[in-house]
Amino acid sequence: MNFLLLKRLRVGLSIFFLVLLVSVFIDFRKSFSEEFYQWAVSLQFVPGLLKAITLPGMAALGLVFVLLLTVLYGRVYCAALCPLGILQDVVSWISGKTMKKRRYKFHKAWTIGRYSLLAIVLIPLLFGSITLVTLLDPYSLFGRIATILFKPVVVVVNNIFAAGFAQADIYNWLYRYDLIPVHPVVLGVTSIFLGGIGWMAFNQGRLYCNTVCPVGTLLGFISKYAIFKIVINKSQCTHCGKCARVCKAECIETKSQKIDYSRCVACCNCLAVCSEKAMSYNVIRKKPFVMPEGLGPIPGAKKAGGGADLSKRSFLVTSVAGIGILYGFKAADSIPGVKKSRLIVPKPKGQSTIAEKKTSAVSPPGSRGVERFNKICTGCSLCVSACPTKVLQPSFLQYGLIGMMQPHMDYHRGLCEFDCTLCSEVCPTGAIASITMEAKHLLQVGQVHFEKNNCIVETEKTDCGACSEHCPTKAVHMVPYGKLFIPEIDQKICVGCGACEYACPTTPYKAIYVNGNPLHLAAEKPKTEKAKNALKEGEFPF
Amino acid sequence: MERRKFITTGIGAGIATGAAITFGGIDNLMAGNAALPYDLIAVRGGEPDVMFDKGIEAMGGMSKFVKPGQKVVIKPNIGWDRVPERGANTHPLLVKRIVEHCLKAGAKEVFVFDHTCHEWTKCYKNSGIEAAVTAAGGKMVPGDSERYYQKVELSGSSKLKEMKIHELLLTSDVFINVPILKNHSSSKLSISMKNMMGCVWDRGFWHKNDLHQCIADFLHYKKPDLNIVDAYYVMKQNGPMGVSLDDVITMKSLILSKDIVAADAAATKFFGKEPADINHIQLAYAAGMGEMDLSKLNINRINL
Repeated sequence: MNFLLLKRLRVGLSIFFLVLLVSVFIDFRKSFSEEFYQWAVSLQFVPGLLKAITLPGMAALGLVFVLLLTVLYGRVYCAALCPLGILQDVVSWISGKTMKKRRYKFHKAWTIGRYSLLAIVLIPLLFGSITLVTLLDPYSLFGRIATILFKPVVVVVNNIFAAGFAQADIYNWLYRYDLIPVHPVVLGVTSIFLGGIGWMAFNQGRLYCNTVCPVGTLLGFISKYAIFKIVINKSQCTHCGKCARVCKAECIETKSQKIDYSRCVACCNCLAVCSEKAMSYNVIRKKPFVMPEGLGPIPGAKKAGGGADLSKRSFLVTSVAGIGILYGFKAADSIPGVKKSRLIVPKPKGQSTIAEKKTSAVSPPGSRGVERFNKICTGCSLCVSACPTKVLQPSFLQYGLIGMMQPHMDYHRGLCEFDCTLCSEVCPTGAIASITMEAKHLLQVGQVHFEKNNCIVETEKTDCGACSEHCPTKAVHMVPYGKLFIPEIDQKICVGCGACEYACPTTPYKAIYVNGNPLHLAAEKPKTEKAKNALKEGEFPF
Repeated sequence: MERRKFITTGIGAGIATGAAITFGGIDNLMAGNAALPYDLIAVRGGEPDVMFDKGIEAMGGMSKFVKPGQKVVIKPNIGWDRVPERGANTHPLLVKRIVEHCLKAGAKEVFVFDHTCHEWTKCYKNSGIEAAVTAAGGKMVPGDSERYYQKVELSGSSKLKEMKIHELLLTSDVFINVPILKNHSSSKLSISMKNMMGCVWDRGFWHKNDLHQCIADFLHYKKPDLNIVDAYYVMKQNGPMGVSLDDVITMKSLILSKDIVAADAAATKFFGKEPADINHIQLAYAAGMGEMDLSKLNINRINL
């Protein structure tokens, strides 16, 4: 078998998936269909797992495929499908090109640390917090990095070129785009993650994947029992160490001719460089290599306490707990519950004086309610990227600390279009479950509230009506108010789309706003009457 | 005394001439046009494009407004992600035919844009206007980014002293306004003057600072060279977006006028209301922007 070709296949696949995923996350022009979005993320592990549990069905196929791949060939997901892993490879590659002397060398596994971290990620799930998964899941992390950090760069470059074309009256190729600034903390956290992971990758290849990443730890454990593995033919091996120097997982110990399969990301770099043909991708029938025992690399080195048993035990405990918790989600779907309220009070200035009394953030239509949404969403930002009106924005504290990075409906930034279900179509985890247009039209994600003392009609004594103008159901309609017209609300037919709040021109507080429904409710269908034509055919009224 | 009298009468005469010029005089002289045959043309009973053919023919043809080599900007209402039957946006067939007439008159380029309320790409697409304009040889221009808007100052206006206006209005030679007639929760009716709101970036300012006055004030900056009011589908209630098809009647009418106040007054009559009851029409009339009293106008009524 030509191993160089195998490596090239891996590199080709990696580039393909990186380009694919970067594309969907920076797609501010909405060039792709929702099917394309679904397809692009269909092989991502954590969203696949969540969707398989929350919305079982065809969505599970991607997950089954990834698991099968892992059982057969090891961490192929990490090698060629995980966008964060590939991003790290790009950094490592740059490091290799610029820092000629820095090559990889074998490091001991950080077994206790890895499994403890996995446990720390999974245990809070027991208490309904997905926050750590949100923070550490490589796909979601990558999604945020691409959306929050890469997309603005692309948009800025696009805007420069678009401005140039506009000078020449060319408008049909590029158009200018206005970005919505994300919360500084969200920006900061994302930047720190990119910086930290980038630094790790620059110096030690796939260090993040083999220490912090919960998916890496999980798939690493399965990989130990994979059918095909990279094997060193001990009789042919000359201990030259070439393989270890190209191993970005730093898991080949040439001295003892052993490979730590829990860390091997199946990149095939070693296979491609072995000049002795001592390495192959093969079936191992004997007892799998036991890590810490075998990894006691230097004779006399401190032996990891508990050894294999510890890793296995801790792994099993954490994963069983994890699976149990994940199945708990399904139950959570039907549990009615009201999230602890939080008052959003910006500092008063300008003409409106009364703060919006919001007790709950608004979760996207299809999420069924704030609590369910908070339990499933990993904040990958794919919906943020896909949302045509920019109403979906990564949250800071709108859901509380626990939901940071999960998108919320930011009605000061945009409105949720009545005839749009895009977020529910692209969500890879099922946190925003697919919803039909008919269902969305009768779904109330929040309720409109009117604060007359902030309203232009009351404060300025002039007509306004921006809110009613944008209301798709006329839950906000105008009624006579002296010589003027003032908004009147009908909460029964309000869908909570936030169009009124977005359009309301008062600052800093809106005169009309939507308070989230912790559990989404049903909206009544607006009653309409057939309009009449008073004009006869051919008649002119003047 | 003599001198003062001379000055006052001079100013008076100047104002009179100025006013006369406003009603079809100097703009046409400057564009090299002969006077238009009618102040206003109303067409009924045809398809949008056919009604426009008849109307513009009666007005003396598009060459009265567009000279060879000129850059034309057309401003329809494309504010909403709605299909034409919902009567929220200008009919695509009408826009298409206008583009064709402009190009036939020798226009170098014809641009079409709106600062939409819903997401602009969906509005452009689902209104049918993008496809219609492109097929006719015109160009759709985005209006969704503040970067497309330039600050201009107004003089003589009451509330609207400055605004950011789409760059096309600054760089084009001919400005054609193609609103749709509909009910509107903010401005009561949305016709030609209200359609100008889609040329500016910050509409919130208008809402905050006496909406009707700002609508009338816009005319201090610019008046369209031609107003073509689409009243084929008319949204009679729940405007400007509409809740359902129940809101829309088929009126099959079209109004053409160089005078934006006259166009809106006529459209208001079609809608079944009185022009004086629509605050911004009254304000624009009072500011001398055009004629609201239709009995004073030379009108051609065409029934197909």
